[in-house]
Amino acid sequence: MSSFFQNKGITYTRSAKVSTSSLPWIEKYRPRSLDNISAQEETLITLRSSKDNLPHMLFYGPPGTGKTSTILALSRELFGPELMKTRVLELNASHERGIDVIRERVKNYARSFIINDINKKGPGFKIIILDEADSLTKDAQEALRRTMEKYSELTRFCLICNQVSCIIPALKSRCTLFRFKNIGTENMRNRLAYICEQEGISYYQETLDELIKGSQGDLRKAITWLNNASKLHINDKVTVETIKETAGIVPDDVINGLIESAASKSYDKIQETVSDVIASGYFAKQIIEQVFFQVLKDLRFNEKHKFNIGERLGIIDKRLADGACELFQVLSLMCTISENMD
Amino acid sequence: MSLWVDKYRPKSLEELTYHSELTNRLKILASSDFPHLLIYGPSGAGKKTRISCLLEELYGQGVRKLKTDVQTFTTPSRKLDITVVSSKYHLEITPNEVGYSDRVVIQEFLKDVAQTKQVDLSIKHDFKVVIIHEADSLSRESQAALRRTMELYMSNVRLILCCKSPSKIIDPIRSRCLLIRVPAPTNDEIIEILSDIAKKENIKLPLKVAKLIADQSNRDLRKAILSFESLYMEYDDLKENIRYKFTDWEEIINDIANKICLQHSPEERAGNNVKCEILEKAAEFEHRSVIGSKAIIHIEAFVINAMYIIGRHKEGLNQNSMDID
Repeated sequence: MSSFFQNKGITYTRSAKVSTSSLPWIEKYRPRSLDNISAQEETLITLRSSKDNLPHMLFYGPPGTGKTSTILALSRELFGPELMKTRVLELNASHERGIDVIRERVKNYARSFIINDINKKGPGFKIIILDEADSLTKDAQEALRRTMEKYSELTRFCLICNQVSCIIPALKSRCTLFRFKNIGTENMRNRLAYICEQEGISYYQETLDELIKGSQGDLRKAITWLNNASKLHINDKVTVETIKETAGIVPDDVINGLIESAASKSYDKIQETVSDVIASGYFAKQIIEQVFFQVLKDLRFNEKHKFNIGERLGIIDKRLADGACELFQVLSLMCTISENMD
Repeated sequence: MSLWVDKYRPKSLEELTYHSELTNRLKILASSDFPHLLIYGPSGAGKKTRISCLLEELYGQGVRKLKTDVQTFTTPSRKLDITVVSSKYHLEITPNEVGYSDRVVIQEFLKDVAQTKQVDLSIKHDFKVVIIHEADSLSRESQAALRRTMELYMSNVRLILCCKSPSKIIDPIRSRCLLIRVPAPTNDEIIEILSDIAKKENIKLPLKVAKLIADQSNRDLRKAILSFESLYMEYDDLKENIRYKFTDWEEIINDIANKICLQHSPEERAGNNVKCEILEKAAEFEHRSVIGSKAIIHIEAFVINAMYIIGRHKEGLNQNSMDID
């Protein structure tokens, strides 16, 4: 452990020393082998066939689709749990990852030779995983170019990001791109049900539906929510309400109430409703998101209305991100909706 | 003598009056496995009260023995001082104090705490609790730094993040915490609490006055209790026909608002459109004043815009009436 702390921010693979009881489920139920990963068939076929001579890889796709799990499972299959500690370097956004780290640590690691072990297990290269690569600065990415080429004999890189547009073209052209698609409802349901079974948790079918709907295809989110909610229900079934409350999702009737107030076309009514919702502690980002989804489903809005509302939503989201007052911004959105309504 | 706000602050989960469902939830959490928490709600809703009650439930009376000390960190550019309030069982920090360097606090101080195990075996739980106040003002970098710490040292430390709105907390942190929403008390609940205090202090509080205070407090319990106390100080006996006293800044703002609308008769500014337009301007300029550094410029711009909107609306009305002529 001591060497890990001196390394200020660099972890050699997952060294989480947490007793299994308090281990978050998301770590506990991470797929251990490639066979356990679902929904990414094409990627898996390619990876399996090129297992012995991997290219540089760039994984991209929405969060919670198994990018990190795939590369970890792959390295586990390649090296085995013991060898993995020395052969895999994992860096993610919570580490200091400026240009000096790329120049010093990554480069040093990349160019070090493998002193061959006696059994000569595993292929003759190392893997560097750069998780959340879209938060790498442009300079750091530039610095990576040459390193990737020069030491490709010794080291394979795996970059993981959500948006491929955040990676500079020079890096993109050096990697094989793998797109991770959404896991899909059925796969999510199976996984969640499996976890519930393993943990001995009873649940309603609707609970799983809500988890899948609320997390919008992000399996990690769904599992953490389930994890949190289960702590409140020790002896009884996990309910939809608990999931919503602990995940911060606004109940449907509150959202409908907001839209109805906009339909009344009375400013005072809108203000009253919005103030009430904000005072109840619901937070603006979630509110505007859910209101917009509701608007999309509502027949009282025609195409043009939706354009206008969507545009306003963009402005408001930016303002909220800058830290503007929530009450004003939600009010402003509701007024726009009210104007754009039949 | 302490203020009523502190004097009548509930000390344990049992004493909490409103949100009984939430209280139950906290009780279950304290008795079982305790995850990271993110507590949010408007100001004066009782977030901090609930946190201290929760700690009391977890560790007993000992959490009330607080000591305050100042820790110093050195960054390459400057020295940072941060105040740490701590007991044997928990720590409270407000990283906001050091502004943009809050990342140092998270990376150095919090990691230090997280890496030390609780050694005293007589303590019920083997983890420490760290409370981070005003978590929504943490910079993005320090939130990113928090991510890994939260996962890695879960067995040593549990975090309680306390903030007004989680909109500015990044998604990965939000999904690692159990979210607890503390809604503001309703007016009825405020009235109930006020009359309860009145009874304990032996004061006669007419219902009408209680209602007035509750209405003016904007569902902020702290504000309600404070203004109740100041009213009592001023008048000694509270009669029904009492005049509610606004705070200074409220008076001044009311004054300005009246001046803006002065030249126009009420029916001219009642329109829905005018309200919507002014609101839109308010939202825009409030946002600008958050980004910008000089508030006065944005306030002036807003006032001008508001006056323009009202004026234009009036002209429109006049024109309409002329058309009819």
